[in-house]
Amino acid sequence: MKFSAQKADAAPRAVPSLAAVHAGRSRRNRSVMLVLVGALVVVAAFNLAVGAYSLSVPDLLRTLTGQGTQSENFIVLSLRLPRLTLALLVGVAFALSGALFQTVLRNPLASPDIIGVTGGASAAAVFGMLILGFGAVATSLAAFAGAIIVACAIYLLARRGGVVGYRFVLIGVGIAFMVQGLLGYLLSRANLNDAQGALLWLVGSVSGARWQDTAVVAVVLLVLLPVIRALSSRLRALQLGDDLATSLGVGAEGTRLILLVIAVALAATATAAVGPLAFVAFVAAPIARRIVGTGGLALLPAALVGALITTVADFTAQHLLPGQLELPAGIITGAIGAPYLLWLLASSNKTGKGA
Amino acid sequence: MPHLLRAEGISLGYDQTPIIENLDLEVIPGAITVIVGANASGKSTLLKGLSRLIKPDAGQVTLGGRNIAALPGKTVATIVGLLPQQPVAPDGITVADLIGRGRYPHQGWFRQWSSTDDEIVAAAMTATNTHELARRRLEDLSGGQRQRVWIAMALAQDPEILLLDEPTTFLDVTHQIEVLDLLLERNRVRGTTVVMVLHDLNLAARYADHLVVMCAGRIVANGTPAETLTAEIVQHAFDLEARIVPDPVCGAPMVVPIGRFHGRVPTAHTEAVNRSRKGLKLG
Repeated sequence: MKFSAQKADAAPRAVPSLAAVHAGRSRRNRSVMLVLVGALVVVAAFNLAVGAYSLSVPDLLRTLTGQGTQSENFIVLSLRLPRLTLALLVGVAFALSGALFQTVLRNPLASPDIIGVTGGASAAAVFGMLILGFGAVATSLAAFAGAIIVACAIYLLARRGGVVGYRFVLIGVGIAFMVQGLLGYLLSRANLNDAQGALLWLVGSVSGARWQDTAVVAVVLLVLLPVIRALSSRLRALQLGDDLATSLGVGAEGTRLILLVIAVALAATATAAVGPLAFVAFVAAPIARRIVGTGGLALLPAALVGALITTVADFTAQHLLPGQLELPAGIITGAIGAPYLLWLLASSNKTGKGA
Repeated sequence: MPHLLRAEGISLGYDQTPIIENLDLEVIPGAITVIVGANASGKSTLLKGLSRLIKPDAGQVTLGGRNIAALPGKTVATIVGLLPQQPVAPDGITVADLIGRGRYPHQGWFRQWSSTDDEIVAAAMTATNTHELARRRLEDLSGGQRQRVWIAMALAQDPEILLLDEPTTFLDVTHQIEVLDLLLERNRVRGTTVVMVLHDLNLAARYADHLVVMCAGRIVANGTPAETLTAEIVQHAFDLEARIVPDPVCGAPMVVPIGRFHGRVPTAHTEAVNRSRKGLKLG
């Protein structure tokens, strides 16, 4: 081992304080994770127990352990659990997608819903529904393809001599507008009934969750989560800029491409399953990083925050609004995300960061 | 056996605009090499070429006799480190986290953070006196503290050859000396080869074992400060008339620039300017 000489003289005094720093940080991380998981469990219980037929906590536990009555089993296991599971999974997928986009492109505005990736999915899905008469599965596939196509277009247009974050975001915002235009055209040409169905999809909703949607999202997450975990140290190097990343032995361009592909796959999968749940990808990571507060990647907390947002939004949309009206969850996430976007635009102009 | 870093006939540029053409340089192992030159003379470009941040359009950079572009990135990173002129960091990052990221090339799929990493990071913090800052956020630090943190990160990378692009820019003179002393200490105690770009010729002459003077993408002088820092070369490379005197502190050559108004045979114009200045002071 080289440089053992200095190690010996510096270590005794220095290591304890460094260890204390590490310990402090991981303590903070642990308590944040604990709080988030706790909140998620509570929200999940509410989602499962509350409704037209409400269950007490003991009843819920009994049902979850397989000892419920027939009607309890049907309501909890067949109606509410798939919906909750799908909400949790797409929350994680959207949140991680946004976190990766924002980190790789070094721009808080770079999330799939702002730069047109989920918009591309929507346009393709609506095109499939209205023009080609697609069913549910084909619509999901079209949505997935739409997200990939838009992402490739942005990447190729932004590529000139290396992908730069702000250029990627600006081109993405431009494409998002084009996609919106296309959507408007499709909707205005459709007959009222079809347009109604397409609109519902466009808001994004986890109602009517089918186990196959859930399974697809689960499989994609199962495959990609370990990959993200393995790439996280490279991502940390990439956060220090291309020059320093290269100097540390990380191929900046290649790493960025892999991570963007993963981020697009996550957004595409989630959008295909539930439609473009507005702003979940956009706000989850910034909220998580603010809570954790160590300036780390905070991917796991971001995933949990994403799951929390979608489940709370779905619960709110179902039960907390006056007048017995049940809304799609995307309305609620949009209502949370839009003020954050305004705040971000207002505050980033002051510090000169942002876009 | 130290690794030899060499530029062999390299041409470097951005977007087809050549900045450096057919340049040869051998970095002397264990020495401090300082690259000086006027603005846009290609100093930073050379440093980026040496650290494989930009690929040469012609020629090659070799490390230990092998083309650096063909070596695995991580392998190179354990031998050559570069601190860019204006590195960026994510918002809210703490000092300890940032310095720890310098350990990346020494970690792998099966070797995550180890006690060796801890020790080397601690040593880097000791060398740069950044211990008390460990929990602070980078953006809350002063310019001098921040620069010490970045250097600590570069030291944590633990390279044999450390390249630094203007490590003293934006620092006041006290912190410039502090940073350069720190690098000198690293070089003398650990034998780390240091290659850096500096703007201040006098600090360059004092800290360099070896000085490389660049002008318009070429090396115009290459040797000890005493050999390279002559009035003729300063005139040629910087288009500046100067007198060279021994530095009273350490005897290195010291460049005393001559402007239009000082130390020359007065002309009618400078006389007039000097007269009006005196008039201003008296009035």
